[in-house]
Amino acid sequence: MEALDILFTASLWAAVIRIASPLIFGTLGELICERAGVLNLGIEGIMTAGAFAGWLTVYLGGGLWMGVAVAALAGAMFGLLHGTLVVPLGLSQHVTGIGVTLLSTSLCYYAYRLVFPEVTSPPKIEPFQPLSVPVLSDIPLLGPALFQQSPLTYLAFAMVVAVSWFLYRTPAGLAVRTVGENPAAAEAQGMNVTTIRILAVMAGSALMGVGGSFITLSAFNSFFFEMMNGRGWICIALVVFSAWHPGKALLGALLFGLFDAYQLRLQQLASAAVPYQVFLMMPYVLSIIALIVMSRRVAYPRALMVPYRKGER
Amino acid sequence: MSAPVLSISRVSKRFGPLLANDAISLEVGPGEILGLLGENGAGKTTLMNILFGHYVADEGEIRVNGKVLPPGEPRAALEAGIGMVHQHFTLADNLTVLDNIILGTEPLWRWRSDHGEARARIRQLSEDFGLAVHPDAVVSTLSVGERQRVEILKALYRQARILILDEPTAVLAPQEATALFATLKRFVARGLSIIFISHKLGEIMDACHRVAILRSGKLVAQKDIADVTRAELAELMVGRLVPQPKAVAQEPGVPLLGLAHVSVRRGAASLRDVMLQVRAGEIVGIAGVSGNGQSLLADVVGGLLPPETGTVQVNGAPLSAISPRLMVECGVARIPEDRHAEGLIGDMSITENVVSEAYRSRFSSHGFIDWSAAAAFARTIIDDYGVKCPGPQARVRLLSGGNMQKLILGRVMNANPCVVLANQPTRGLDVGAVAYVHEQLLKARSNGAGVLLISEDLDELLALADQIAVIYQGQVSPLMARPMVDIGRLGLMMAGQGFIHGEQDHAA
Repeated sequence: MEALDILFTASLWAAVIRIASPLIFGTLGELICERAGVLNLGIEGIMTAGAFAGWLTVYLGGGLWMGVAVAALAGAMFGLLHGTLVVPLGLSQHVTGIGVTLLSTSLCYYAYRLVFPEVTSPPKIEPFQPLSVPVLSDIPLLGPALFQQSPLTYLAFAMVVAVSWFLYRTPAGLAVRTVGENPAAAEAQGMNVTTIRILAVMAGSALMGVGGSFITLSAFNSFFFEMMNGRGWICIALVVFSAWHPGKALLGALLFGLFDAYQLRLQQLASAAVPYQVFLMMPYVLSIIALIVMSRRVAYPRALMVPYRKGER
Repeated sequence: MSAPVLSISRVSKRFGPLLANDAISLEVGPGEILGLLGENGAGKTTLMNILFGHYVADEGEIRVNGKVLPPGEPRAALEAGIGMVHQHFTLADNLTVLDNIILGTEPLWRWRSDHGEARARIRQLSEDFGLAVHPDAVVSTLSVGERQRVEILKALYRQARILILDEPTAVLAPQEATALFATLKRFVARGLSIIFISHKLGEIMDACHRVAILRSGKLVAQKDIADVTRAELAELMVGRLVPQPKAVAQEPGVPLLGLAHVSVRRGAASLRDVMLQVRAGEIVGIAGVSGNGQSLLADVVGGLLPPETGTVQVNGAPLSAISPRLMVECGVARIPEDRHAEGLIGDMSITENVVSEAYRSRFSSHGFIDWSAAAAFARTIIDDYGVKCPGPQARVRLLSGGNMQKLILGRVMNANPCVVLANQPTRGLDVGAVAYVHEQLLKARSNGAGVLLISEDLDELLALADQIAVIYQGQVSPLMARPMVDIGRLGLMMAGQGFIHGEQDHAA
């Protein structure tokens, strides 16, 4: 029974949303890239770059929002690198993406060691504080879960609406979707496929960068190695789970957050007879099951991972 | 003629060693339909792609209303009022008709698109020109004819003054083509100009005011339609007279291929309760508009797709299992629809390709491939079937379409097949190669093979087939003997008349 009681605690749901926040940014970012036809496996490294750049900015005296902006910029720069390699040059998107992840992660660690050659315990910053929404945060259960969160979390939810609006309501969003469906159709309508794809990858990567900065500026208050811990890869799976729709991406991120927050609490309940790794594994197993159920028949962007070369026949 | 709307002067384009366009000059006037006639590979599509900015010409310039068009910029071509309906549609299938049409017509950085106004304009255009299509339908749910209307609406929405149609009737049933011609007449009545690309003489004679003929990249003639006969056009297009092989009457023999109640489904396509019989010494033709289940039928007969229900008989024996190898062993010769994807392996040599169906039996000794026998076989085919190539070691990718098809014919006909499955065997070939393929099919027929010829070209079917059936949405009509076939009725059947399932009218 105790295992069920957990579901009715505000702290669980607050944790769900906290865990989901960086995933929302990352998934939206990846979604924009893939909608434009570019798989961005650089996400793990780009999120790391965002985490590091954002944190370093604040550590060196910049404001927290300045840190977020720098994280977005760092993400966009790695997006530009990835986009340039795979769009006009047409390199393999898989290989390039993994290369970007390795490069970006290693660069961050290297830069960290350059800035802090001799520290043993990671230096700390003053992170974002939870922002209580008046009145709403007093609602039982839901209030503390939804309305006593970091400003970045509110931004994440706003981005779901913004990205949705962008993709489905604006001419630029239509252009992004078309280059991911059939670049020849976009070109026949006078669009520049290369430019649109690169800009989409940069914008998506900027969101990934912001997602990374959530980890160092909100969830924790310092930067350490391996802290991204596969969140980028989860985002890749969430994009498939979402069938490339921002709304479902939010749902997927929350679902993963729920699995993860729940297993953390189950670990404390369970006897020592069950190794804790079983619980650690649970969110991933459930995610795979959810993927199988949700995504077997989805319509993926037709031109995903297909390089476009103008005038080729 | 009044001042030309469009003038192309001395445009040349090379692809490697191939001179695709050789100093071509053309003019189109307002309210004129210019036919651009030529065989496959004559350079028609290349020229239009240069005009539209997909390719950059090596030499020459294009003027619209007297102004030079900057090369290589589709946007500039669009803004100058050129609209292009590509042979292979450039539509994003998962998006709506509306999305496809308004793409790129609004400034990119606006916070929202005005769908309401766009929808109203599309409705208006649809009504004015008789191009019925629902603006909010997703393109993947549309028929081929409807997709073509979307392509035309795309151009009209941008207020195109010059419309280029690249082989627009290739995907249409005869009635749909007639409707298209009526729409084109409405356009020119309003002063638009049209370039109509085709290799079909009849259409050019019916639809155009003037015709320009291209042959191997050169403009060989320009004529007013009133001053020219069909026979003259044919000779200008091909450059010589090509005798069409004639079928000699003969009595059919025993049934060699039989399909009974065959049903199968693959994705959205399906075959429904297909009954079909091909006897020795006859050619059975399957007519139909592209995408009505032809490729499924071919894959069932070729062994690639086991039927879900129903039986397949080859040489009188029902087959319990079906696989491509089994079909080859039963003597089914497969001439596939797509030479590049299913016929040959481009990066392997001619020798490797010709033994690919028999390397386990005929060219194997003690588990090793007998390469000298294989090379000798390749040389036999190259000589007997007149394949133009540097030698048996040449990579297949370097051959022309016609020579690839000769290679496939050689490979499968050499084994004296009992059933020949020919799916669109002459698609994309020049007239000489087409005649050669026809000759080989007739030869197989006189040798006593049963030939199943699936084709979208009615002329081809009427010239070769002893019996014809129509395929529509996966259903196959009963066979009709060729002398009994009435072309008008065949056209109606291709548009779905007389079929039970999914009957619908595409001729609007």
